[in-house]
Amino acid sequence: MKILVCISHVPDTTSKINFTENNTKFDTNGVQFVINPNDEFGLTRAMWFKEKQSASVDVINVGGPNTEPTLRKALAIGADRAIRIDATPSDGFYVAKQLAEIVNNEKYDLIIAGRESIDYNGGMVPGLLAELVQYNFVTNCIGLEIKDNNAVVVREMDGGKETLDCTLPLIIGGQKGLVEESDLKIPNMRGIMMARKKPLLVLKPAEAETQTITTNFEKPSPKGAVKLIDSNNIDQLIELLHNEAKVI
Amino acid sequence: MSVLVYLESENGKFKKVALEVASYGRAVADATNSTLTAAGFNLSSAAVLENYGVDKVLNINCTSPFKASNYANYLMHVAKKENSNIVILSSSTNSRYLAPLLAVKLEAAYVSNVIDTPLEYNPLKVKRTAFTNKAFSLSEILTETKIISVSNNAYGLKEIKGNAVMEDFNTDITESNVQINNTDKATNKVSIADAEIVVSAGRGLKGPENWSMVEDLAEVLGAATACSKPVSDLGWRPHSEHVGQTGKPVASNLYIAIGISGAIQHLAGVNSCKVKVVINTDPEAPFFKAADYGVVGDAFEVVPELIEKLKTFKAQNS
Repeated sequence: MKILVCISHVPDTTSKINFTENNTKFDTNGVQFVINPNDEFGLTRAMWFKEKQSASVDVINVGGPNTEPTLRKALAIGADRAIRIDATPSDGFYVAKQLAEIVNNEKYDLIIAGRESIDYNGGMVPGLLAELVQYNFVTNCIGLEIKDNNAVVVREMDGGKETLDCTLPLIIGGQKGLVEESDLKIPNMRGIMMARKKPLLVLKPAEAETQTITTNFEKPSPKGAVKLIDSNNIDQLIELLHNEAKVI
Repeated sequence: MSVLVYLESENGKFKKVALEVASYGRAVADATNSTLTAAGFNLSSAAVLENYGVDKVLNINCTSPFKASNYANYLMHVAKKENSNIVILSSSTNSRYLAPLLAVKLEAAYVSNVIDTPLEYNPLKVKRTAFTNKAFSLSEILTETKIISVSNNAYGLKEIKGNAVMEDFNTDITESNVQINNTDKATNKVSIADAEIVVSAGRGLKGPENWSMVEDLAEVLGAATACSKPVSDLGWRPHSEHVGQTGKPVASNLYIAIGISGAIQHLAGVNSCKVKVVINTDPEAPFFKAADYGVVGDAFEVVPELIEKLKTFKAQNS
């Protein structure tokens, strides 16, 4: 089985978000970048398929040279080969078109992406890619088993979950639940050493259009101070929620 | 030209997010001098849409339950028939599942998490949340056809008269290759996505055996229950209740956090809630800075009292 894991290079979950150049650029100053958490759950599941079902695992990112440490980390976790499409990921559609080009050439059986990246939260790349390359597609995926050419996929939905059957090739949008948090792998020294020798291909982007332009960013307006209510005066809390906030 | 809204229903009833999408669609249709068409699946009546400014309703007859690729196919046919250049969806799991598929079929750009009506129409410019609610991004859409998914509970309901004339819509589509094996959906519980109020608890509750008071509080308020990440990692509560950056986003009117300190990842997931109440023993808990109302106190004393007093309040106000 040939697996491709799509890796977004995103600010660490604890990052303070700021912008520069008149709020048109994300301020990377002092920000640590990591593998997008939703992708990391998928990468870990891919490692399981590698160990138990002898799958080969490629990882891919569309981005500049600055994203290579993130790809190297994925290699240190155990991926076999990394691909970087050397381009600015201007919008989800552009990224999906780049991925589609690789997928059409390489013919993967399974493509694992995250349900969304935690930076732009578009939640669209796996679905766009699936439709572009005409693979089966399940997102919000919290369980994945594969036997021969058949996949059993569990997807989370509002208020429940659903078990789906389909054949490969398949694209999933993964999230927590695909593996447990405690299953996530931290690269060990041997992995890090081996990752240095693994191939990291840098490819030129394919021709593709951009459909949207992010012109600028805004930060939420600062919050007013919290109203503290004495724990012996719960009536006041109810009164405020009813008359002031009007939410009960 | 028309604006098309996809309205989700359950057991023949439109969901609240559907009416919100209709309200939003009306505003966009007015701003672009277009008509507003709604599409839904297996509807029995569309009368309620007369109150939300819908001009026309297309009832898609489809016997199978939700499958993203089938629904995207049907909606593509509807959008083409209606010559729709703007298609608007909710942010439900199912809508966001099918939206990118529909986008490729219609050669449309898709923009998610949009929180208000477009700022400009030529080119179309929208404001959306990014960085998991820690910021907003303003995006211009360059394609002729556009798909917008509106954040839940962001625009609200706006009542306005419409005709909402319902017509049946039938077409043949290529059946999805994904088969539903089994669906496990709690029918008696409010889901986090649809809830007006969410009651959430963290490690401050000390153990899963203490969750009955959280459930009791949720029941009094008609709320959904949720939890912090450590609680779901410890297995005290199911993953489906985990709220935060890697869990579920919440955009309810009221969010009550009990014994949750308020890590930045948790706050990111609840930033869109309108009113936040924090109950915590530690006055230094970071969540107080993000809260509207706070009670410094022991959850084991405050919550049972709150439940009793809310019961009295509900009895008097119903």
